[in-house]
Amino acid sequence: MNRRFSWFNATSLTLGFAFLYLPMLILVIYSFNASKLVTVWAGFSTKWYGELLTNEAFLSAAWVTLKVAVISSTVATVLGTMAAYVLVRAGRFTGRTLFSGMIYAPIVMPEVITGLAMLLLFISLGLDRGVTTIILAHITFTMCFVSVVVSSRLVTFDKSLEEAALDLGCTPFDAFKSVTLPIIAPAVVSGWLLAFTLSLDDLVISQFVAGPSSTTLPMKIFSAVRLGVSPEINALSTILISIVTVGVISASLISKRNIARQRADEQKALQL
Amino acid sequence: MAQPGTRPVFAPWNDPEQKPLIQFKNVTKKFGDFVAIDDITLDIYRREFFALLGPSGCGKTTLMRMLAGFETPTSGTIMLDGVDIAPVPPNKRPVNMMFQSYALFPHLTVWDNIAFGLRRSDMPKDQIPTRVEEMLRLTRLEKFAKRKPHQISGGQRQRVALARSLAKAPKLLLLDEPLGALDKKLRQDTQFELMDIQEKTGTTFVIVTHDQEEAMTVASRVAVMDHGRMIQVDTPDRIYETPSSVYVADFIGDVNIIEGTVSDVTDDKVRIDWAEGQPKINGTIAGGLAKGTHVHYAIRPEKIAIATQPPTDRANVIEGTVHDIAYLGNISTYKVELAGGRMMKAQVANDRRIARREITWDDKVWLSFTDTAGVVLLN
Amino acid sequence: MNLRRLFLILTPYAWLLLFFLIPFVIVLKIALSDYAISIPPYTPTLDLSAGWEGLKSFLSELDGENFSFLASDALYYTAYLSSLKIALISTVLTLLVGYPIAYGMAQAPEEWRPTLMMLVILPFWTSFLIRVYSWIGILANEGFLNQFLMWTGIISEPLAIMNTQRAVYVGIVYSYLPFMILPIYAALEKLDGSLIEAAEDLGCSKASAFWLVTFPLSIPGVIAGCFLVFIPALGEFVIPSLLGGSDTLMIGKVLYEEFFSNRDWPVASAVAVVLLLILIVPIVLFQRNEQKQREANQ
Repeated sequence: MNRRFSWFNATSLTLGFAFLYLPMLILVIYSFNASKLVTVWAGFSTKWYGELLTNEAFLSAAWVTLKVAVISSTVATVLGTMAAYVLVRAGRFTGRTLFSGMIYAPIVMPEVITGLAMLLLFISLGLDRGVTTIILAHITFTMCFVSVVVSSRLVTFDKSLEEAALDLGCTPFDAFKSVTLPIIAPAVVSGWLLAFTLSLDDLVISQFVAGPSSTTLPMKIFSAVRLGVSPEINALSTILISIVTVGVISASLISKRNIARQRADEQKALQL
Repeated sequence: MAQPGTRPVFAPWNDPEQKPLIQFKNVTKKFGDFVAIDDITLDIYRREFFALLGPSGCGKTTLMRMLAGFETPTSGTIMLDGVDIAPVPPNKRPVNMMFQSYALFPHLTVWDNIAFGLRRSDMPKDQIPTRVEEMLRLTRLEKFAKRKPHQISGGQRQRVALARSLAKAPKLLLLDEPLGALDKKLRQDTQFELMDIQEKTGTTFVIVTHDQEEAMTVASRVAVMDHGRMIQVDTPDRIYETPSSVYVADFIGDVNIIEGTVSDVTDDKVRIDWAEGQPKINGTIAGGLAKGTHVHYAIRPEKIAIATQPPTDRANVIEGTVHDIAYLGNISTYKVELAGGRMMKAQVANDRRIARREITWDDKVWLSFTDTAGVVLLN
Repeated sequence: MNLRRLFLILTPYAWLLLFFLIPFVIVLKIALSDYAISIPPYTPTLDLSAGWEGLKSFLSELDGENFSFLASDALYYTAYLSSLKIALISTVLTLLVGYPIAYGMAQAPEEWRPTLMMLVILPFWTSFLIRVYSWIGILANEGFLNQFLMWTGIISEPLAIMNTQRAVYVGIVYSYLPFMILPIYAALEKLDGSLIEAAEDLGCSKASAFWLVTFPLSIPGVIAGCFLVFIPALGEFVIPSLLGGSDTLMIGKVLYEEFFSNRDWPVASAVAVVLLLILIVPIVLFQRNEQKQREANQ
């Protein structure tokens, strides 16, 4: 691209990022507001954080959410990686088109439909709605995202690496374990992170498949904010935003450092 | 064994007593409707450096991958040491492969890459380091053992790949375009290094390449392939001097191909009528040929002499004018236009400085060659 | 080898069949059933113990009544039409907001770009619900936007944005903006700079070089971005629920209310089936566009 960074470019970037970040910034600032009235500033206070930490309902919802996210994203990563491997490597088999269709469909499917369909399944299976049904539903829709992330890495994976492993005496499983997996590990980890975040974030599907005794954090937030803005929710949002920000920034710093190291290594190779 | 004072000629293919290491028997491989390998029968002997040469898509890589076990023949058998290897999976074959991309494991050090296969063999654990050190010495990589593949240069990567595939002392080593990723200078040095290592280890090498110069340099025998078929299997000098077909003559090196018909046959001498108003070409043949047969006469440019005076003692003399001169440093190629517009190339070694050379553009010249200089080819 | 392959294929396959495909068959089945005051609240129910006869009588009781009901009741088709309209308008708005940002990113110095990229992706990792929620405080009658505008004197009366369709547009543009920016940026970023130099060399002004060279070459990214916004916006539930008012009819919300408030499972299922049928068109078009891009890149 022809790089001529003009005033127009600078303005559109500034306005664009202001649009993206200002609402969240306001949320964070007003979580420290002393007043119950969220749009009127009445001095700095951390009392809403204190109240949040003593709010049993929020804490137990947070615990349910975390449990669901850890279990479902882990299972989804295993299934999604298998599915990616099948998509990229298994070649032709009967029902392949249906299989790849089922991998991509949940990604574009409106959540209301997925939620409704899952719920109707659980009812016809006679499964009691609760944490288990939420986990099953989350595994199903997040595994598809995992398999897309992992398969895009597998597509660029040099197949001769696996062949070399077989050639040097590995069984197919040994070749996967000691060559393929270590190399695609970053993609598998990002798949897990994506599944984890999606599960943590999901409202609509959980709303359908959850039972009365199992409320996740997004469900709790949703029912609270339908009544309007509340400073406690602002505090909770601030905590969630900070976790994500720290996570994403450190991940990008790590990858930046790795790229820098790789560059240095390549320099080293050239100086020989 | 060898007679004192004479070096034995390595030519097991001429010795009916020798048993081949690898035998392809009527092997055919199809991918759907596409015939990649078309009924190939071929023997390769122990300690040979065997080259599979051909343009991309000719089936040479498929042939090699069948030896490694990554493809199975559609029909026919492949024997290794007298045993049919069809049911043996790649990880159980006494065959190792050096991949075109080298396929070095990026997450392992050079040392671990070389030890990778040994750790999966019956070799006792305590002997592995000795063997790895030995391979590192053989490929002069001792200093780089602790480096990862992206921390070393292309030439070093090539040597790691070689060391890794040789570490298990395979009966047969397959090399898929092993020097393709190296620049020309490095490639030439590495060719000699490869030959050296092959001789030192006594391993049978089968190399796949599309570079005819490379095949000619390293191989004891070259198989020229096209469209899944073996066109000619022979030693490099015979492939060059006595190609069996126009395809081989044209594929290997530079050549003038002249179409004509046989007008006279006396014993092993033929005269070929090739153009109106031109003297007939005097050639030599091995077998009998009927008068009137349509033939191709192939002659290498360096076998043609160029002179400003008509020579008197040569079997074939053709007149023309210099159309173009390509100066290549050690040699010059003259493109000479004959009567009727036909072009013929002659090559001359530049053993004198430029000032002493007398032929230039548009000069009238005489091309001449002996009656044994070219080959007469049917088809 | 083959047992392993079978295991590898069957595990995810069976999972998706059970938890993804079969549920849709059930949705279809219930969409063809009738509402009943019972548990479960629809009839007929399949009684497997009755065997073949049971299946036959079950099948004979299925009908398309719910679909004709959807077509006859103005609530549903206005909801579909208004969802389509809202999704379409917000897609255009997102494009208008997103394109200059993507263009600015592609023009920015190379060392800034990974950071800018991260700044676009970061909101995507943040809770969707919280991002939508953050606008409630801004758009409300006594919210920050109205406070700010009244303070500057541009308006004297607060604008009614919250609980209207305008708030829904803002919510959709805000939530799906990264989906628009990223594909357009990807298309612009790989654009060869010498093309614009060539255009200017051949007599184009800066503006006409943009319209004749840059923009046409970014169209695949624009198309991808538009589909990535349009498809999820069509079935959106959270944004109209939180920001929209009673005048905002969106089909996702209708489905949800039909199911939970009216407990009419057959109609909710029929609504889902029709929504799915509507969605197939843009999804197939999107896949085609992606396929074409992949082929062009090879």
